[in-house]
Amino acid sequence: MTLRPSLAIVSLLCVLTVLLGAALLHAGLSPMRQQHASSPVRQLGLSDLALFTEARYTRHPTMADLHTPFQDHPVSIDHFPTGSLIGPPQHLRQLGGQMTIEGVSRP
Amino acid sequence: MTHSPLRRQLNLIDFTLAAMRRRLGRNAILFVVYVLVIFLLASVMFFSHAIRREASVMLADAPEITIQHLVMGRHDLVPLSYLDKIGKIRGVRSAEGRLWGYYYDRGTKANYTLMVPGKNATNLKLEEGQTILGEGVARLRKAQKGRILALSSPTGKPLVMRIKDILTSDSALVTSDLVLVSEADFRKFFNLPQDVYTDLVLSVRNQREVATIVGKVSYRLPDARIVTRSDVLRTYEAIFSWREGLLLALLGTSIIAFTIFVFDKASGLSGEERREIGILKAIGWDTGDILAMKVWEAALLSGLSFLTGTLTAYAHVFLFDAGLLKPVLQGWGVLYPDFTLPPAIDGLQLATLAFFTIVPFTAATIVPIWRAAITDPEQVMR
Repeated sequence: MTLRPSLAIVSLLCVLTVLLGAALLHAGLSPMRQQHASSPVRQLGLSDLALFTEARYTRHPTMADLHTPFQDHPVSIDHFPTGSLIGPPQHLRQLGGQMTIEGVSRP
Repeated sequence: MTHSPLRRQLNLIDFTLAAMRRRLGRNAILFVVYVLVIFLLASVMFFSHAIRREASVMLADAPEITIQHLVMGRHDLVPLSYLDKIGKIRGVRSAEGRLWGYYYDRGTKANYTLMVPGKNATNLKLEEGQTILGEGVARLRKAQKGRILALSSPTGKPLVMRIKDILTSDSALVTSDLVLVSEADFRKFFNLPQDVYTDLVLSVRNQREVATIVGKVSYRLPDARIVTRSDVLRTYEAIFSWREGLLLALLGTSIIAFTIFVFDKASGLSGEERREIGILKAIGWDTGDILAMKVWEAALLSGLSFLTGTLTAYAHVFLFDAGLLKPVLQGWGVLYPDFTLPPAIDGLQLATLAFFTIVPFTAATIVPIWRAAITDPEQVMR
């Protein structure tokens, strides 16, 4: 006895849906990394992720000084692709065609 | 029994599958492209969500307040006298100087972060001549516990240390490039005076007082830059949101191409399909049956593509460590942490992806079919 194509495809859809449900369950039940007293972040007082190690302002974006993108000259662009993937801070976003720096509007 | 709604739908699916088999090439290409687009979108979504969550969990213990000394807009070393000025502020539980700096290793062409474990680092205490390495440094230098590590210092003298331990890969996301050294070795290595630190960290008694303490510190130390823990968390949230957006924007062109491709395939009826609809109408099928058949065709194709694409994306990100996305994230850094992200899925994101991939495709097929199905069979077949 051969399986009807419709039953085969519906069964396949059901299997894939169950697998997706299992993936969701797996993600839901996976324990979140627990921070404990011995965690290096707490012990060493770390403040940044060690993801991008090519420059100091990509290794420690939160600790970099405010002028890092312009460290060579005032309109200098970033040297590293990582820098260009990190967005400008909120207060430097273009507003109404003018750059505003902490509320001070500049042409 | 033979006319039950379920059996009727199964018959319709059988007929639909037979019709799809006749256009196997077209449907196979559509399926592969569909799966690929969903795989890419879902991979970016899963990865961004998981790393955002991981960053927020990991950095939840970051210092509450960090104080840097700025001179002409650039970092400068913090004098010891700053500790006395801020230590007396009400609400500050402890104030400590941190010693850390960068070191470019010519041998491996990688940047390391040299750091001195503070008073709280009870498990990471070091004596002079000892070091603890991050997973990435140990990997690059092929270093092992108990062996010797030599770094040539900026003063020209080599610093030779015995490797006390290697940090586990569990914490690689924050410690991969660390070289922990004793305070004496650090000061000797960088030729630093005794009374300076890289920056200061404060812990506060009451979280609600952070803003007040920041205000007092900035009043007492006008040349200081203050970074709070919420600034750190907000920065990483923004970085990964930006990165996700940028990746999705890069994928945007392929998504637009796919949308045009799908819309063209789904909304335009070929002559063969028109003839098929005409014949079905002529032999007695009603408009509802023809619509149901085409909806099944679109739903099966998009549903299968969505499930296959999502599941392969899940496996890619959480079982194979997002190997295809890593080159994008890696940038120009030689030293990249070897880490595994704990699985995390944002249900709303997944539902949005499902909605925007299955519904428009299914809907796009209905209008032209409905137009053809309500037309006179003789006219359709012409």
